[in-house]
Amino acid sequence: MNWEPIRKSREDQVVPPHLLDYAEACATFSWESIRRELSGLPGGKGLNIAYEAVDRHADGARRDHLAIRWLGREGLVRDFTYGDLKALSNRFANVLRWLGVGAGDRVFALAGRIPELYIAALGTLKNRSVFAPLFSAFGPEPVAQRLMRGDAGILVTTKRLYTQKVAHLRERLPQLRYVLLTDAPDDADDGLLSLPRLMEAASEVFIIPPTDPEDMALLHFTSGTTGMPKGAIHVHNAVLMHYATAKYVLDLHPDDIFWCTADPGWVTGTSYGIIAPLTHGVTNIVDEADFDADRWYRILESQKVTVWYTAPTAIRRLMRLEIEPRKQYDLSSLRLVHSVGEPLNPEGVVWGQEALGLPIHDNWWQTETGGIMIANYAAMDIRPGSMGRPLPGIEAAIVRRIDGTGAQVVTAPNVEGDLALKPGWPSMFRGYLHDEERYRSCFVDGWYITGDLAMRDEDGYFWFVGRADDIIKTAGHMVGPFEVESAMMEHPAVAEVGVIGKPDPIIGELVKAFVTLKPGFEPGEKLRMELLGFGRTRLGSAVAPKEIEFEEHLPHTRSGKIMRRLLKARELGLPEGDLSTLEETR
Amino acid sequence: MTPVQTLSAAQIKEVIFACLKQIAPEADLESLSPDVNVREALDIDSFDYLNFMIALDAELGVAIPEADYGQLATLNDIVRYISARLA
Repeated sequence: MNWEPIRKSREDQVVPPHLLDYAEACATFSWESIRRELSGLPGGKGLNIAYEAVDRHADGARRDHLAIRWLGREGLVRDFTYGDLKALSNRFANVLRWLGVGAGDRVFALAGRIPELYIAALGTLKNRSVFAPLFSAFGPEPVAQRLMRGDAGILVTTKRLYTQKVAHLRERLPQLRYVLLTDAPDDADDGLLSLPRLMEAASEVFIIPPTDPEDMALLHFTSGTTGMPKGAIHVHNAVLMHYATAKYVLDLHPDDIFWCTADPGWVTGTSYGIIAPLTHGVTNIVDEADFDADRWYRILESQKVTVWYTAPTAIRRLMRLEIEPRKQYDLSSLRLVHSVGEPLNPEGVVWGQEALGLPIHDNWWQTETGGIMIANYAAMDIRPGSMGRPLPGIEAAIVRRIDGTGAQVVTAPNVEGDLALKPGWPSMFRGYLHDEERYRSCFVDGWYITGDLAMRDEDGYFWFVGRADDIIKTAGHMVGPFEVESAMMEHPAVAEVGVIGKPDPIIGELVKAFVTLKPGFEPGEKLRMELLGFGRTRLGSAVAPKEIEFEEHLPHTRSGKIMRRLLKARELGLPEGDLSTLEETR
Repeated sequence: MTPVQTLSAAQIKEVIFACLKQIAPEADLESLSPDVNVREALDIDSFDYLNFMIALDAELGVAIPEADYGQLATLNDIVRYISARLA
């Protein structure tokens, strides 16, 4: 906490921020007033995310305003006005209806950042079906697990991804009725259909049926420590949070050009890469390509991006460049930079100030919260390294768990504890699909326990400390060690596996597996490479171990569980004694 | 470090394959088309690609700055880029 605060002054603000005075905004905030800024379905028929994001603009003065500008990997550009988005998402909703897909049915997407993904998301919400995005760098195993657990009836994907990751799983997925291929001109069989053909035949007219704000809208999978991934349920009412955070944190104004670099396969890419900017009727930039420093600066420059939401992993890559960005690129349109995914180190915040001429605003939230919970704001001083202060309408605290059943709020400043939130905000998850017990266990004494450890300073700024569990945060994404271990165990040479996050200066943590071999197998480079390849084939590059180390004896607890924390301590060269008091080592 | 001046395109390709093999040991590199996006074809994420670039740099002694990574999407791109810098 030795970094100098970054002071904000009114003179710095070219566009006056929505949130000018934090204390006043908190004191006067109400969810009712946020609700009044949204439209609601015509005729008082409820609240639907897609109506707020698309139709209310398409039916009004912003019909011809650019909603999404899509930048193809090879240089192709496709523009969609709000009017276009309405027509296309209506078509997709009609496709679903024609296929017999109804309210509450899960529509999964497995695709890169292609226009069809965005259209499918919005059309799914219009049909009151549930949109469930999957990251395209998942391997077949994570894809299968999520499709099964999420009761996938429909999957939207591309020919390549289908062939590589899904085709051979169809027998394990009897509920999957239709796969809609975005790039197939014709149907392959009764269950493998051409999306362009269906879209062509569908009507552009669709009336969104009455939607209860508590109807399930989104299903986002997130990783657990002990079990397979769990599907966090979000409802249409979450749009209040999307809208409110885009107003107070992202600070979107009608003429803004917004770019969120996250992939919709993760919650940020859906909440802020699709929904939030559209609820404000602004222009949303979508780039199909993956990280490329020069390309990214050129996008900021050529698209005149005004508000940019990115991640620490990307910022640390940009910091590797031996250039002064403002000398090489015209970044004069850029007004605000935000970051999420993992804590942004103070060096990153300050680098923004020096290299971009703008400090980077870190914020904190997670899949379960559905939207930003704690943030740095345009008009509030930044304490580099801090995640900022809770959103108006959000009550956050540091709590101490008591005997596993109670929670006591820690009022003293700068004390580490569990970061907890008072339930009740609109985008709070409403359950883990088919796992009520796991959902209930997240709430203690009237608090939602986030699983992150943090502390709160005397002025109410929150500071991230670490995870309370073994979940790995790699490149801003959560990876569950159990999911990785389960897949690696299927290799015939593997007797046992323990998986940890190994600290890495660029991506935060990388997935590392410690492997004990079965008798008759010898550790060596050949087997190590085979296991690396095995992991990648099953899990995909986003989840697979990037390092493998052979370990003759993995440390266990008395009950026989592998002690990942001890493995991590060894990896970090920490004294084992510090951690071995509770549990037996070898 | 390999004596850089004498490398042919085929030899450069061999080094590229050796580096890729370290990252994606399961990949069938012989069937990799020279003009497809390597990352997409082999499921190599951004971090792995960074390590691939660093490995190429170390093996060939050709400094590849981060700003140039975007120009190195296909096998042909990489061979061309390295050849030009070894010439």
